[in-house]
Amino acid sequence: MNVTIVDYQSGNISSVINSFTEVAKGKINLEVTSDIKKIKSSDKIVLPGQGSFKSCVDSLNSIDGLVETLKEFAITNKKPLLGICVGLQMFADIGYEEAETKGLGWISGKVSKIDNQNGKFKLPHIGWNEIEIQKESKIFKDIKNKSHMYFVHSYEFIPKDKSVISATIDYSSKIVCSVERDNLFGTQFHPEKSDKIGLKIIDNFMKL
Amino acid sequence: MLKNRIIPCLDVKNGRVVKGINFVELKDAGDPVEQAKIYSDGGADEICFLDITASNENRETIIDIVRKTAKECFVPLTVGGGVRTIQNITDLLLAGADKVSINTAAVKDISFVKEASKKFGSQCIVVAIDAKKVLDNKWEVFTHGGRNKTGIDAVEFAKQVETNGAGEILLTSMDRDGTKSGYDVELLKVITDSTNIPVIASGGVGTLDHLYDGIVKGGASAVLAASIFHYGEYKIKEVKEYLNSKNVSVRL
Repeated sequence: MNVTIVDYQSGNISSVINSFTEVAKGKINLEVTSDIKKIKSSDKIVLPGQGSFKSCVDSLNSIDGLVETLKEFAITNKKPLLGICVGLQMFADIGYEEAETKGLGWISGKVSKIDNQNGKFKLPHIGWNEIEIQKESKIFKDIKNKSHMYFVHSYEFIPKDKSVISATIDYSSKIVCSVERDNLFGTQFHPEKSDKIGLKIIDNFMKL
Repeated sequence: MLKNRIIPCLDVKNGRVVKGINFVELKDAGDPVEQAKIYSDGGADEICFLDITASNENRETIIDIVRKTAKECFVPLTVGGGVRTIQNITDLLLAGADKVSINTAAVKDISFVKEASKKFGSQCIVVAIDAKKVLDNKWEVFTHGGRNKTGIDAVEFAKQVETNGAGEILLTSMDRDGTKSGYDVELLKVITDSTNIPVIASGGVGTLDHLYDGIVKGGASAVLAASIFHYGEYKIKEVKEYLNSKNVSVRL
């Protein structure tokens, strides 16, 4: 099996590489690349994302043919793709971080700043929060409801179609922290930084 | 619900842990990688390395430690000490750090914080503020381990740090650091009240109640401690169970 972590020169993906390498442990061939050919021939794709919505979208767009290739892979061919943090947020139609920016439009919805209720809630939302599982998800196999995951973000994904939501967290309001539709997966939290339970989610994705 | 974080901090000098855990099971008590692994396995919510190596020539050493630790610990890793340039940050992040903590360089030039958070994202930029009480209800920023006075008001500086894009503040009371007499809760309270980003409390922990005070009375989002963990007085798990028994939510 070939799993590709898309390296599109946006933010620090060392931790993603380390955790996936730990789970893959020689059984799975892991590539870290933005090479279109390699992406096309992979079985699964991981789309990380750090920094702002705008900077991530801009970086994706700056690599010729990358967005089209990802779309063909995940949407047309419905092959497994996991977006992490801003990687998930980019599934939306539009994001409002830095400037209004068009997203990939794979799951209709928007990415807006978390309402901190006039400073009552600190932003960024940093740390461990309990996920509330909303529907059965292939990547949550053997993951208990209320498991702790590590978060660091100030913006939230608000999908139009609520049926895609697989888990939420409570932080000033119910925030979407995981989505699933067909073979398209996204987590707002960082499985790569969420200790053994996070590695289990990565393992679940790898075993799909 | 967001949990309060417990962060053990390892002081590293020339690649060796200075204040080490006295655990018998350790093969090498001075090995930072091995100690970080013990903390991570014990339930630490994050691991913090503070590089107190004096010379610049040894920067490779901390980078190598980060690289090795990041391959074994899958919780967030923060590294501070001697972070002065964008290149320093790049090197640490590529080695596997999740956040870097900037101290003197932020005091010297706040625009460095802005540049760093713009380039790498606020999520990985922590500004470490060392503050000392100078008058009633007045604290000043100090650098160089509390030796150098800057004349900068700590509360004003904390606000500036937030405006310039830092994702978190690591606040150390230089009056309390190393005293085991508890955090400066007044200082914590005034900083957490005047900013909207998470504040990590540091400096002075001697008992479990001090950690409770930092979170409940000081409003800190996370508590950092060194000696109480290093000398094996408390295990992370005991700390968490204690806080939980006093209705402070932690990740168990």
